[in-house]
Parts: sequence; structure tokens; C-alpha cells
Amino acid sequence: MTASKIRPSEKTKTLSWELKDGTIELALHHPPCNEIGTAMLEDLEQFIAALESAEVKAGALILYSRQEAGFSAGADLRELYAASAGFTAAERVSGVRRFLERIHRVLNAIDASPLTTIAAVHGVTFGGGFELALACDLIIADKMARFCFPELRLGLIPGFGGIPRLRRDAGNAVVRDLLLTGRSINATKALSAGLVSQVAAEGEVLRVARATGAQIGKFDRTTSAAAKRFLKPIPHEELQREIDLFCELFGRPAVMEALRKFVEDKSAHPYLP
Amino acid sequence: MKTLEQTTDEILGLAAQHFKIPRSELAPTDDFYKKLKIDSLRALELITRLENHFGIELPDYEVQGVTDFRTLASRIQARL
Repeated sequence: MTASKIRPSEKTKTLSWELKDGTIELALHHPPCNEIGTAMLEDLEQFIAALESAEVKAGALILYSRQEAGFSAGADLRELYAASAGFTAAERVSGVRRFLERIHRVLNAIDASPLTTIAAVHGVTFGGGFELALACDLIIADKMARFCFPELRLGLIPGFGGIPRLRRDAGNAVVRDLLLTGRSINATKALSAGLVSQVAAEGEVLRVARATGAQIGKFDRTTSAAAKRFLKPIPHEELQREIDLFCELFGRPAVMEALRKFVEDKSAHPYLP
Repeated sequence: MKTLEQTTDEILGLAAQHFKIPRSELAPTDDFYKKLKIDSLRALELITRLENHFGIELPDYEVQGVTDFRTLASRIQARL
């Protein structure tokens, strides 16, 4: 059977991708800030299916956002609340587990892709958005990028693989700082923590990512893919444990109450403890 | 060591420049959410600009509930 070729460009509701100069560019464009809910999950699954079934003549994959506010604000908490309210704890947990298993399959596919993957991030890179970036091989950040794992503020932990991937890349003190305080950090701090590989001037992150992608494209693909497999093992067991722990925490009424406060707060600075 | 007044003045100048408000229209006691017409996401942008400008880290929990420029300046002052 002859492998199909990835189409030169394609657009879905929340994403578009394009093969250009030996690099695939995946743009997120789901307002207001690329919240990851069912719509984006389905589009990401479509992209991954196209990527995996195709004979890809590319060396690198760049993920970036076309939303001014940032790379991604993370999970769509409004959708999560709407899909969970009114159900029993067991039903809520069952629904969220199905979602998590699907998003994990997507992020694991990006993590394990034979392409060298670059997250070119600007602005808000929070929660699930940060987790999406951490699945990539390199994070290149605009100097105005901001990173955060706010989940503990809602009585949860990151659920899209953030903890195992953060532990893979950063020292445990950094992991504890980010997780247990819920504070956000800027690109300079993320660079010093080893999470970000390069910091770009404001508005220049995609240009810097493209230059990096072009450099990566000069190398033999078999060697690059082999090096990546050797350097970047996927922590499958820990990822599964993260799903289990998230689900255990998600079933508690306190989480629904925190989500309700967040969703219903219409002030300029919404509820976050 | 900068004085609180100097720090406040630098914040007002930076806010005026990046949020396109005449400097003369900003005062230390102003509510920056209202004056700059920003929401929580744009407030994060302001914090990032301030961190980059002053070369500090300003955890967001330190500015939670802070709405005026002078109190914001005092939080920054504690980290200079």
C-alpha cells in the first residue's frame, strides 16, 4: 500500500496546518485563547491522524497560536463545568476520564512523533496549553510569554500529562514551585528553569521557530528520530497514574464548587484562590 | 535603591506607553483595571512587562486583590 501524502494545507474549526519549506506549521486559532475542549480535541485528533497516516516530507513540526492573548489558556473550564454539572460524581469522573484518555493519546502522539517538534509560544501558556507545549521537543518563547499550572487553585492537578512531562524536563524544586503555588512565571524564568530553549523578542517567536525548524531540516531524519527516541522517553506509567489521580480528585464536590465560582464570576479578575 | 515614588512613576510611564493612555491621565491611586480597561489576561501582560522592566519576579498571588498603581509599586519595591 502506498502511503498517502499529508495535504499541503488544511483548515478545521480550531486549527489549520500547512507544509511549508520542509516544516509543518500547526496554527491554533480558537478564540478567545485556544481553550482545549471537545472542538479542539477533535481537530487535534484529525491532525494527528493525518500526520500518522501520511508520508511526511518534513523535518520539523511547529505549533503556534494565532490568538493575540496567547498560545493557550488550557482546558475549556466552562465546557468542563457545563458537561459535569447535574451529573453524579461517578458520571462526572467517567466523562472526564474519557476526555483525558483522548487528549493523552494526542499529546503522546506529538511527544513520540518522529518529527522534531517545536512549540512557539507567546502570551498565556497555562494549564493544558502548557502541557501541550511540554509534549514538544523544544519550547521557544516570546519574551511576553507566561507559564502556569493553576489547577491546584481549583482543587485539581494538571490532567493532560503535565506533571510527568514537567518532571522529565525540570528539577523537582521547580516542579513543586509551579504546582504547589500555582503561580505563573515569565519566559526568562522558564528559560533559567530549563523549560524553554530560546527566548525571542516580542512578536518574533514564529520567525525564530521557523529558523530553528530550517536548521533541524538539514539533518538526516532517521538520525534525528533515533536521537529523539533515545533522549526523550515517554513516561507512560506515570501519565496513566496522573489520569487516575486527576479522576480521583475530580469526583469531589469541592471541585465542582470551585469550577462553578470560576465560571459564574464575570468580574475583570475572576475567582481564583 | 529606588523610592516608592520613583517606582510608581516608572509603572505609570510603562502603563501609559503600552496601553496607549496619556501619562498625564494616570495617577498612583487609579484602579488600573478600570483606567487601562484591562481584564485578568491583560493584567498578566502588565505583570510580565513590569517583571521584564524591573528584572524581578512578581508572583501573581502577591498582586491578587491589588487594583491601584501605588500598591502595585509597593509589591514591586519589596522585590527590588
